[in-house]
Amino acid sequence: MPVLVKIPTQLRPAAGGAAETEVDGATVQEVLDGLFDRFEELRARIYDDDGSLRRFVNVYLAGEDIRFLDGLSTPVADGAELTILPAVAGG
Amino acid sequence: MAVTHLECKECKAHYPLQALYVCERCFGPLEAVYEHQRDGRDVGELRRRIQGGPQNIWRYADFLPLAEGPPGPSGRLASRVGLPAGCTPLIRADRLAERLGLREVWVKNDAANPTHSFKDRVVSLAAARARELGFEVIACASTGNLANSVAAHGAALGLDSYVLIPADLEEQKVLATGVYGTKLVMVDGSYDDVNRLCTELCAERRWAFVNVNLRPYYAEGSKTLAFEIAEQLGWEIPDRCVVPVASGSLFTKIAKGFDEWRELGLLDGQLPRMNGAQAEGCAPVASAFLAGHQVCRPVKPDTIAKSLAIGNPADGPYALDVARRTGGSIDAVSDEEIREGIALLAETTGIFTETAGGVSAAVLRKLADRGEIERDESVVLLITGDGLKTLDAVRGSFPTYSIAPTIEAFEATVPEGVAAV
Repeated sequence: MPVLVKIPTQLRPAAGGAAETEVDGATVQEVLDGLFDRFEELRARIYDDDGSLRRFVNVYLAGEDIRFLDGLSTPVADGAELTILPAVAGG
Repeated sequence: MAVTHLECKECKAHYPLQALYVCERCFGPLEAVYEHQRDGRDVGELRRRIQGGPQNIWRYADFLPLAEGPPGPSGRLASRVGLPAGCTPLIRADRLAERLGLREVWVKNDAANPTHSFKDRVVSLAAARARELGFEVIACASTGNLANSVAAHGAALGLDSYVLIPADLEEQKVLATGVYGTKLVMVDGSYDDVNRLCTELCAERRWAFVNVNLRPYYAEGSKTLAFEIAEQLGWEIPDRCVVPVASGSLFTKIAKGFDEWRELGLLDGQLPRMNGAQAEGCAPVASAFLAGHQVCRPVKPDTIAKSLAIGNPADGPYALDVARRTGGSIDAVSDEEIREGIALLAETTGIFTETAGGVSAAVLRKLADRGEIERDESVVLLITGDGLKTLDAVRGSFPTYSIAPTIEAFEATVPEGVAAV
């Protein structure tokens, strides 16, 4: 089940310059693992040493922050769009 | 004295002074770092140098991240200094103190800025840095006050501007943005949706998003509140500051401002106890403080304090650290308490604040009621915006008397207490 993963500018150098890529997976975790299989360098940028998302990494499924869903266990449908973005304070 | 580079607050990686805001290695936020050269000047000389500066935030230019110092004449742009912010009143609020059973309460009224909120400080700085970096367009994601300020600074500096706001913002804030001739974009979503959109747009456009890619410069502008408070108190640090918390940036930068001046010897003593103020309808930082957590769980905001309605506060972890480190706290108050806070401030100081100021005033009252404030403490209450921006919060909150233009009607209708005092 391919999912479209959108990669932020800051991570593109670690992803062969790609702005987006298609990855298979049934959950957010599986999609990210698939992404890291392809671009190993991304793993340490996105995950901390415990294998959880770094605290300034936000992941959105169809625009919704996955922390409002089931986090990394959130199921993803075929053709879904997963966006990785840095957390930016607002105001 | 000068800014030297940007540094990741998490992993301490260094970056050049460009339009960068996030660490490529760990996604941590970047912050400006300075190498202050005193050049043999003693504290007295440093203070006189500040006091001899202009009556706006550029008197603190030595401590701000501009490469070329305070903005001056420009051949290309007509405006000399744009729309200078700062040097707002610090008012001794004895009637408020008395009402709360306290001795020394000061109100820092930052509604007295050009567009009536503290945002003019951060935008002045971000816009000046945007010009230094050669940007032609400034932009922002905003809960309202920032929208007003970016639109106005764009107009004053002759820069095009794009302002993105949630579509349900208070009408006053929408009107007080559009009037400056900006491109006003109303987004069908929450502030957090607008913020995400701007983060994505930032990669697609060569614009200076003041609170995204210019954020390391922008955020430093909030330090000027600490500088001014200290200078206005006669080079003293107050015992306590009560500050509204949305993203947590203002709160942490005020502490940083006091800290930087302590390190330079311009100020003595400890940091103030830093008390953050949130609305219960959007209290991710207050909840994390109460639960003893290091990070904030995002929430979907539902509060009348729309300028504080950031459900996903990126500086939350740092705000928690500052509150704990200084013996302060982060508290939350209900919408009803916010309305009472607006009334309390208005009735005892003559200052009409927006809902965010009502949040701060209500938290100050809560702290006083809990007995957390020692009687001899000096307390500074930070009022960040003007009540005219959130009129719905006070509509119907007081009686009026409608009469015919006759003495008889007046005497028959208006209560004696009101007429006689």
